Amino acid sequence: MNALSTIFILAIAYVAVFLEAHVGFVRNALGVQIDLLPALMVFAALTSDIITVIALAIIGGLLFDSLSLNPLGVSILPLFLIGVVIHRQRELLMREHFFAQMIMGVVASVLHPLMTLFLLMNGGNVPLIGWKSLWQLFVLAWAGGIATPLFFKIFARVQYALSYQPRTDVPFRADREIKRGRTTLNS
Amino acid sequence: MGDMFKKAHFIGLIVVVLVVAVLLKLPVQTMGKFKLAISGLFLPLFGWVSSTHDVAQKTGNIIVTKRELLEANKRLQNENQQLRLLLTRDAELERENDRLRQYVGWKKQQPGSLKLGRVIAHDPANWWRSVTIDLGARDGIRVGLPARTMDGLVGRVYSVSETHSQVVLLGDPNVRVSAGVMTTNRQEETGIIMTSSTSPQENNMVDLAYLPGSSVVSPGQLVKTEGDGGVFPPGIPIGRIVDKRSRDNGLTTEARVQLFANLASLEEIWVIVPGNDQPAVAQPAPMLERRTSKTQRPNTRTKTK
Repeated sequence: MNALSTIFILAIAYVAVFLEAHVGFVRNALGVQIDLLPALMVFAALTSDIITVIALAIIGGLLFDSLSLNPLGVSILPLFLIGVVIHRQRELLMREHFFAQMIMGVVASVLHPLMTLFLLMNGGNVPLIGWKSLWQLFVLAWAGGIATPLFFKIFARVQYALSYQPRTDVPFRADREIKRGRTTLNS
Repeated sequence: MGDMFKKAHFIGLIVVVLVVAVLLKLPVQTMGKFKLAISGLFLPLFGWVSSTHDVAQKTGNIIVTKRELLEANKRLQNENQQLRLLLTRDAELERENDRLRQYVGWKKQQPGSLKLGRVIAHDPANWWRSVTIDLGARDGIRVGLPARTMDGLVGRVYSVSETHSQVVLLGDPNVRVSAGVMTTNRQEETGIIMTSSTSPQENNMVDLAYLPGSSVVSPGQLVKTEGDGGVFPPGIPIGRIVDKRSRDNGLTTEARVQLFANLASLEEIWVIVPGNDQPAVAQPAPMLERRTSKTQRPNTRTKTK
């Protein structure tokens, strides 16, 4: 992971927030706007350094809040806490496994709105919460669970496309036997 | 290695907490400016999507057949004639209205101009109701102006940048509208449109609260803006009463209102921009002022025009 990866993760965060605000078919079909930032944070925390986690929390949170009625900055802390906890424990997590990625995506996607709502309500705001919020959390969890392994796949493809690959076709042929020494010609 | 990680995490936590604390402690206006500046970063993407949409529409127009165009043209000509007739009748009604206003002494209400804005973004959070439109200060948009569709009221302008604005929608806790219902016995009951207490996340449902305890509103009745407060001009349709229930031990009545405008699929919004010289709400009638002045109220205003 290098600076290019960090920039790419931040660019994905920018596009993700744009899509959340602009694409309405999920909202119209399910009544829920899915949030891709927690899933992206899980990916960043498992594969990148702490600087990337901090940058994603701050920039992703600011971008998200700028298009929302949220007070500016309220999404940053929940994103960062998710990222830093995963980053600290990442040696213990089976991050290569699809199922582990999915579970982390589910947990992050549920925790992020809950922590944000906690901060909002402590700040004297009155967000719209009702029984439908449970359905929203359910959909957010599923969306996060699907999006996290998807981010791993997308970034693996991108990394494969952008980095040098080791050459696999060596000139040496394993099925050819080389005999050293003098050879005698009978004829 | 482990210590280094711990130190890095700790420093990161301090940095983030500081950033969040500074941002959340900003004055509301400064925060609003910051938000609009950051949301301006999305303008290239919104512009790109908008132009793609236009190109797709133009491409679609090219493949329309001549026969369809002729049919549409004929239909529009008929519609145009009907509208012209209505316009003539309306002009006559307006003249009559003006004469009566002069007779009674009421100041003429200026409805203001309408500016059409395209919805470019919805609130990405699930707990607020707002949209961003492509009209800003350069188009004459100001904070607090009412927004509507052809169906009815949708909300008010919450924040404005040079190129775009955020409109907060009905049902959000940040919008309250004074509204009235004309009941069957020709009496108007007024209340306040606010977030639905039973289904706050239902997109097209709001509450009309603080109606009188003896309210006689009934399902199907029309709810319109009242004009009190000076933000929303009177007479804009909002929705229809669905049901009602008694609140505060019978002191008040609360009615659920089904909105006319479909807030879930807003694509375009009209912002009502009043003229510079007229207030949003009509001045009280001088005749009524004179009447009240007879009942020992010396400081009444008698503005006439």
